[in-house]
Amino acid sequence: MTHEMILAGFGGQGVMVMGQLLTYAGMLEGAHVSWIPSYGPEMRGGTANCSVIISQEPIGSPIVTEATAVVAMNLPSFEKFESSLSSGGILVLNSSLIDRQSKRDDIKTYNVPANEIANSLGDARMANMVALGALNAALGYIVDTSRIMEAFKKIFAKKPGIIASNELAILAGVKHITG
Amino acid sequence: MSETRLMKGNEAIGEAAIVAGCRYYFGYPITPQTELMEYMAKRMPQIEGVFLQAESEIAAINMVYGAAGAGARVMTSSSSPGISLKAEGISYCAGAELPCVIVNIMRGGPGLGSIQPSQADYFQATKGGGHGDYRNIVLAPNSVQEMADLTMLSFDLADTYRNPVMLLGDGALGQMMEPVNLEERPFVPQEKSWAANGLGKRTKPNIINSLYLKPEQLEAHNIHLQNKYQRIIKQECRWEEFSVEDAELIVVSYGITSRIARSAIEMAKRDGLKVGLFRPISLWPFPSERLLTLAKQTRAFLVTELSAGQMIEDVRLATRQIKPVHFYGRMGGMMPSSREIYNQINLIVREKEAVK
Amino acid sequence: MNSKLYARSESLTDAPFHYCPGCQHGIVHRIIAEVIDELGVRKQTIGIAPVGCSVLAYEYFNFDIVQASHGRAPAVATGVKRVCPDSTVFTYQGDGDLASIGCAEVVHAAARGERITTIFINNAIYGMTGGQMAPTTLVDQVTTTSPYGRNVNQAGTPLCISEMLSTIQGARFIARVAVNNPSNMAKAKAAIKKAFQLQNSGEGFCLVEVLSTCPTNWGMTPLEAVKWLETNMIPQYPLGVFKDAGGE
Repeated sequence: MTHEMILAGFGGQGVMVMGQLLTYAGMLEGAHVSWIPSYGPEMRGGTANCSVIISQEPIGSPIVTEATAVVAMNLPSFEKFESSLSSGGILVLNSSLIDRQSKRDDIKTYNVPANEIANSLGDARMANMVALGALNAALGYIVDTSRIMEAFKKIFAKKPGIIASNELAILAGVKHITG
Repeated sequence: MSETRLMKGNEAIGEAAIVAGCRYYFGYPITPQTELMEYMAKRMPQIEGVFLQAESEIAAINMVYGAAGAGARVMTSSSSPGISLKAEGISYCAGAELPCVIVNIMRGGPGLGSIQPSQADYFQATKGGGHGDYRNIVLAPNSVQEMADLTMLSFDLADTYRNPVMLLGDGALGQMMEPVNLEERPFVPQEKSWAANGLGKRTKPNIINSLYLKPEQLEAHNIHLQNKYQRIIKQECRWEEFSVEDAELIVVSYGITSRIARSAIEMAKRDGLKVGLFRPISLWPFPSERLLTLAKQTRAFLVTELSAGQMIEDVRLATRQIKPVHFYGRMGGMMPSSREIYNQINLIVREKEAVK
Repeated sequence: MNSKLYARSESLTDAPFHYCPGCQHGIVHRIIAEVIDELGVRKQTIGIAPVGCSVLAYEYFNFDIVQASHGRAPAVATGVKRVCPDSTVFTYQGDGDLASIGCAEVVHAAARGERITTIFINNAIYGMTGGQMAPTTLVDQVTTTSPYGRNVNQAGTPLCISEMLSTIQGARFIARVAVNNPSNMAKAKAAIKKAFQLQNSGEGFCLVEVLSTCPTNWGMTPLEAVKWLETNMIPQYPLGVFKDAGGE
């Protein structure tokens, strides 16, 4: 199975780190993984996005153009990447900031009010972690949630104070999907 | 420590250089290679190495020239416009036969161009770039692991041949993250009896120089260099093949583009098409001989690059055009999708079917 | 009993200088060689040769030399010195090399307090390429690229390198000397010796500017050239110590 994902939002929403955590977790699972950002002027103001691939096979192109999953954290990202989803793909929409729905009937959409959930946990900046938990659950757990936390602890080794709250955010995202 | 780490390509180059015994880095900031410079700024002081932010790319390459002349393993890195500035210094390194590693994380050009990935510096890298009859050894990784492996190889080749080695990547490879395993290896500093590091116990001064005012002497020096280049051509051609044995069409591609091409080839193979991939790893020396052999058994080539067509000239020369050589490229920082290359493959194969 | 009054410096090879009659490169080479001999550092010295008339310095100095590209000697010296911090590293540069194309390199080497010594030969003209205008060419001075004399409106004013570099914090010792008479030669040698000693005690960037003649490209006899230097160059480029940061 090869998961080819696009995670997108506006600069500052933490989509890059969301992708890195997922990639790291995939690596810890022993899968082939790659992460590649779109960078440059796009990072400042407009949409920021990254491609993440987690696969049992060696990875060819690290750039995702036909995605099995898309996370859209804001409206421009939704507009830009909705068409990049392959048939049967999964769309995770941050419904806190996106009030539209996809008209495609060949994909499955999950509406996740990521900002509201993160807010209720005390910090809207954790919306990316809510979306990450939701994405992983929606995909039937491409990585174990504990792996994401393991990755989190590695990447944020210098900020142990934020681990517990972010774990709650990831779990809240999972719970939103599993109910 | 052989722990697998998730690293950006630019960072992997930095750590691999350190593993390879490089303790001197001179650079100047430019996107999209700055992570490498920042990595060295952080790491070098931790291992008592030297990191120096030079006043310009020109100064940086000349610091490399000095450090290499004094016998050290030394590296600089930049991106396209910065490499143009280094060109004179690289020519001096080649002329004085100084081992050094130069990293070019290519971006779109010409001029200030863009900061997006490109492969438009192929000519500059492989045909010299600066003045005079000289060659850099040019290695082109296509994964983060290879960014590390080929960096280490670069230092070894530089010392073996007393020649500049250029690691040619692009913005995408520099920025992407993949798992990388950096095997610690014992580094034994090579004795460089030619280095200008003070007479010490020697009686005869060592001179680092590329000036030969007498034409007879300069010609002799050039012949010496050309003989060395011939040895490198014989010994250091590197490439990778995928599915070329029965391929009717062989895609030739390097660096990040070869990854995209590989995905396209896999799509085509699922359709039952006989397509393979030939990926030069050493761009100079170019693996010409192997390509000629393949030309005799395949029906056509498709060269794909992030340029208007630069490596294609070497493919044409290598294959003596005994088979058609097609081209598909994107420029200015645009990247083709796997689907685009897949469509090109289909187009060529169908044309061939029609004339069968 | 005979005693030896003069001997060739150990830091010089046997090669005869190729410099023109009346050119003062030879005098400055000799002074540097004597200083290195006297300090006993020949075995640890690495010189950086420039592009210009003294490009062949590696034929004359009897120690390791790295020949640099035009203007980049301070960058090359930086690379050498960082690899060999206990060595004595100096650059030898002319006015085209240092004050024109290599202005950035020398300024930043000084700003970093790079522990090197720079000997800067200022003869107000490009010698090797045959007498073109240098940044240090005097106002109204005729050269092949200022055939009507250096015109301030068109080509600006002479660059006073020692004055300029003495404003840089990282510079430890900056002096301007001349070798036009025995007394000035002694002063020049003292300054050059100090510039090497300070480097060897790890004190930072030191530069000695040496005013020098170029009879060939000035179109003068050696004697006329010395006179011209005294009446024209020294007023524009006054001699003295411009910075001695450690002089408690």
